[in-house]
Amino acid sequence: MKQLILFALIVVAGTGGELCVSRAMKQVGEATSFHPLEIAKVILRALRLPWMWVGVGMMATAFFALLGALSMYNVSFVVPVTALSYVAGAFGGLAFLNERVSRQRWLGVLLVAIGVTLVFLGNR
Amino acid sequence: MTPHKPLHLKTFLMIAVMVIAGPLGNVLLGKGMKHMGDLTLWPPPELLHTALRIFASPSIWLGIASLVTFMLAYMLVLSWADYSFVQPASSLAYGVVALLGYLMLGERVSPLRWAGIAVICLGVFVVGRTNPRTTEPSNEGTSLA
Repeated sequence: MKQLILFALIVVAGTGGELCVSRAMKQVGEATSFHPLEIAKVILRALRLPWMWVGVGMMATAFFALLGALSMYNVSFVVPVTALSYVAGAFGGLAFLNERVSRQRWLGVLLVAIGVTLVFLGNR
Repeated sequence: MTPHKPLHLKTFLMIAVMVIAGPLGNVLLGKGMKHMGDLTLWPPPELLHTALRIFASPSIWLGIASLVTFMLAYMLVLSWADYSFVQPASSLAYGVVALLGYLMLGERVSPLRWAGIAVICLGVFVVGRTNPRTTEPSNEGTSLA
């Protein structure tokens, strides 16, 4: 049960955080140069958006959930399972950002899901 | 589809940094967390104590530094190379993390887990080969003068 909660947090909070940050960054607009002053301006503009704070909070949650999982399980088990974020990302992009998900992408997502299942079975 | 450009040395180097620094960061986090014992999260003073204990570990800081290196290499390489080229290459990271866990931390990786990791790498590779942008016609690239 603890295992399930931790992995759900890593995957859902991690992917959710990236989606929120991605949404905020689209609002901020494109960085026109890599000049430090320009980058500082982009960061300041981003920090004024609520989506950015929600996203950063979710990503921090995912990071600490990852630390928690690593305190209990092997890294060669935990990290492959976090590949489930590709599955969450496909559904999240579909629902939250109105992205179309191609048949080939679904195939990749299906393969990831099969691989994670094998990793789980190999942990018995 | 644009024809494949030759693989530049700096692209290859950056992808090598990504594929090593990302998994290395995770393995170092794993090394730091492995001997933490029980993590008490409640009441708040205990949570603070646990957080201090975690961030007193050099492995954790090395791991974070390694993950930051990974992020920088990732963002740098994306500024000149295609996402659909970089992302499939980074699918190797799932194999590297298991290899490093085995070599550095002495983790036992069962054949079934190796098989699962191989399938995950393949899946991530297939995901990455698909068009990364579907929400609007791709006319960016001309906008960047």
